Amino acid sequence: MAAEDLADFLRRHEAKELLRFITCGSVDDGKSTLIGRLLHDTQQILEDQLAAVTSDSRKWGTTGEAVDLALLVDGLQAEREQGITIDVAYRYFDTARRKFIIADCPGHEQYTRNMATGASTADLAVILVDAARGVQVQTRRHACIVALLGIRHVIVAVNKMDLVGYDEAVFERIRSECLGIRGIGDADARVVPVSALRGDNVVTGGDGMPWYRGPTIIELLDSVDVSHDQQLADLRLPVQYVNRPDASFRGFAGTLAAGEIAVGDPILAVPSRRLSRVREILTFDGNLPRAAPGMAITVTLEDEIDISRGDLLAHPDRAPSVGRVFDAHLIWMSDAPLLPGKQYEFKLSHRYLRGTVESIHHRIDVNDQSEHLASELRLNEVGLCRIVLTEQTAFDTYASCRATGAFIVVDRLSHATAGAGMILRNAAPHGAHHDVSVFWQPTRVSHEQRINQKAQHPCILWFTGLSGAGKSTIANAVEQALYLRGHHSYLLDGDNIRHGLNRDLDFSDAGRVENIRRIGEVAKLFLDAGLIVLTAFISPFRSDRRLVRDLVGSGEFVEVFVSTPLDECERRDPKGLYVKAREGTIRNFTGISSPYEAPEAPEIEIDSSKLSVAECVDRVIRYLEANGRLRN
Amino acid sequence: MTQLRRLEAEAIYIIREVAAEFDNPVMLYSIGKDSSVLLHLARKAFHPGRLPFPLMHIDTTWKFREMIEFRDRMARELGFELIVHTNAEGLAAGISPLTHGAKYTDVMKTEALKAALSAHHFDAAFGGARRDEEKSRAKERVFSFRDAQHRWDPKNQRPELWSLYNGRIHQGESIRVFPLSNWTELDVWLYIHVENIPVVPLYFARPRPVIERDGMLIMCDDDRLKLRPGEQVREEWVRFRSLGCYPLSGAVRSRAATLTEVIEEMLVTRTSERQSRAIDFDQAAAMEKRKREGYF
Repeated sequence: MAAEDLADFLRRHEAKELLRFITCGSVDDGKSTLIGRLLHDTQQILEDQLAAVTSDSRKWGTTGEAVDLALLVDGLQAEREQGITIDVAYRYFDTARRKFIIADCPGHEQYTRNMATGASTADLAVILVDAARGVQVQTRRHACIVALLGIRHVIVAVNKMDLVGYDEAVFERIRSECLGIRGIGDADARVVPVSALRGDNVVTGGDGMPWYRGPTIIELLDSVDVSHDQQLADLRLPVQYVNRPDASFRGFAGTLAAGEIAVGDPILAVPSRRLSRVREILTFDGNLPRAAPGMAITVTLEDEIDISRGDLLAHPDRAPSVGRVFDAHLIWMSDAPLLPGKQYEFKLSHRYLRGTVESIHHRIDVNDQSEHLASELRLNEVGLCRIVLTEQTAFDTYASCRATGAFIVVDRLSHATAGAGMILRNAAPHGAHHDVSVFWQPTRVSHEQRINQKAQHPCILWFTGLSGAGKSTIANAVEQALYLRGHHSYLLDGDNIRHGLNRDLDFSDAGRVENIRRIGEVAKLFLDAGLIVLTAFISPFRSDRRLVRDLVGSGEFVEVFVSTPLDECERRDPKGLYVKAREGTIRNFTGISSPYEAPEAPEIEIDSSKLSVAECVDRVIRYLEANGRLRN
Repeated sequence: MTQLRRLEAEAIYIIREVAAEFDNPVMLYSIGKDSSVLLHLARKAFHPGRLPFPLMHIDTTWKFREMIEFRDRMARELGFELIVHTNAEGLAAGISPLTHGAKYTDVMKTEALKAALSAHHFDAAFGGARRDEEKSRAKERVFSFRDAQHRWDPKNQRPELWSLYNGRIHQGESIRVFPLSNWTELDVWLYIHVENIPVVPLYFARPRPVIERDGMLIMCDDDRLKLRPGEQVREEWVRFRSLGCYPLSGAVRSRAATLTEVIEEMLVTRTSERQSRAIDFDQAAAMEKRKREGYF
């Protein structure tokens, strides 16, 4: 090689793009063979490694006389003896255009945990399907995890085509079935017929399948465009390390998670909400006028503001959510199950924050993506959970930015990494789209003036209880009693709200959460208007009721628990719903197939199976009087 | 960003994360090319400040003299804090690579390292290991948990997702940190090339006094290496692909005297660098076994 050639080669190698991908499949699908084939056919295997594998093939190989390429990638002694891989391993190879990092995960036990680990840093997933066996449950599981971890590019390798006589019809059937699976069909997906054992369509085309004119696996890996995968274009610079070599210098070091930053840009530090401007962007190789995502930089600011590790620098007009309550998909990775209410540490960006999983909205079966009720998550289970932290933090949704939307859950005693989470939405009282540039506008007529005019201290009477417990009946009777005494009130009825304001919401968990959030917001406005607001919703989840309580302030939220027992409610069954729920024609019915979380400390508790409606009303009115809510 | 700059940014991120999260980190400095890259990256991570942790060299007393000279020159020129630790007990007992084989590695390297980490109460230790070096390394985490006895349990590693490294440990436990996990041998050389990073001259070929023993070319670095009957010292053009204790580091015959020549040679000769290290010849799973016991 001439000197210019070498210099040219080095320049080209240095300038290669990096693509990280995960391979999903089991030993039986020929996954290790496929990886071995990729490494071998791109000439990554060194002479001594090949010699070792040739000798190992005699000892452990499963391919008879031929060199078992799978042995190139099966690493640890224990797993070689068992003939399976047991953990995530990383492999490296490159082509003229790209360098690749493969996260290689096993196909058996611990699958979800390992695959999620590998997928967390992957741009692309290669899902293996055995042509002889077709789409399996595990194919759907792979697709589910791929979708959950936000991988946008999928290559389905229909392997072992040699075993089905290179039959195009077999391939076509598997191809169309794969494209119908959520996680594959809605991704940027390609399906390729291959024989890893013989090398067909892995690196080169081979001669087994003249009917296939599409690209080989390596051609796809080389050409897939991943440059637009990051959704968020807004600046996110998580402060990783405060660099203070002496009293005169104070730099904030971090890796740019999203957006660009330039000298002179205004920045907002969150959650502390302090403003400043970028003075310098420093690197070892000189100061920069601007920096792009992925760069590890250090910035100094114009003002001496107090910023510490875990803060995040953003543009003042396009800041992330700040809060301590959010909903997230959680993958559980610990032998000890996830218990709602138990304290864990959550590592998000560069902070460890204490908090709890307040509730599990539902568990997701990764085999068919169905949703199920769950009171805990066990090892390798996935669920949508409500997370409540003890402190405010800045975050984005995982879909918009992986770096600021992902977190791990750390067990406080064992320090094990017990779970991994992906933020789905902000669930804080101020809603998912809280924008720091929108401020509450004070009105000319004040809340106090309205209260004085109405001679009452407004509050929300939040009736909660099972269907048929008597919430609506009692709430109506209470409102009537208030009206007769000259008070100003409004009853928010569940069905009425769903006819108008919440017409667009369904009965999914997400729809239910948003339903309650909007009712809470409306109740808050009516409260500001000086009205006593009555609501009658089952509202089975503590977290949702707490959300409204947090929204309006504790003194103004009166939780009325209509504690009529289930058997009495079912006996009444005024709308015939219990019958349908028992028959199974209504799913997720509170008390039957969905939990009701009773209030822990309701302001008022009434059991309509023991009290008459008049007695119930009397209790509520007496409570309001005793707490100074009703003036004469 | 190009792949090399992405690897660089990833390593800087990892180094900063450790400095921010641990009370008492240390960077293991083996004086080899990977250590040189690691040191360079650490300087980048904390620019314009100094390294917020010391470097530590486990000196078996059998390192090449040129390595020790290079080590001391680097410490002087770059101004980092250097801790040198030798297993005095092993030294006094006369444990030698010439006579004790695997036991020597245990006592003078593995045990010495564990004792030094414990004595200084280091809670995190950076190493330059790469996943492409050897099969058992491919599953190694970036943050690799070690119990109070410095043991690695390959079956019970913490899952590692995104770049959210779990640095939580109890008193006495520690984390080994590998910022170069995703680098290949070519990436390391390329980085040394583009960043102009100084490395020990032993990597470059020139005439050196060597003997041939057990199929390896051993350099006669001092008079502790006694010739066996029939052995003859010869001047040969050799260089080293991997550096350690001189009686255990096999030289390769080479005329590659410059960095680009070394890279070119590496591209042409297709054997992995560990082949020249004597300790790897024991058994296929040797490395995994040693790592479980606390070897880096």
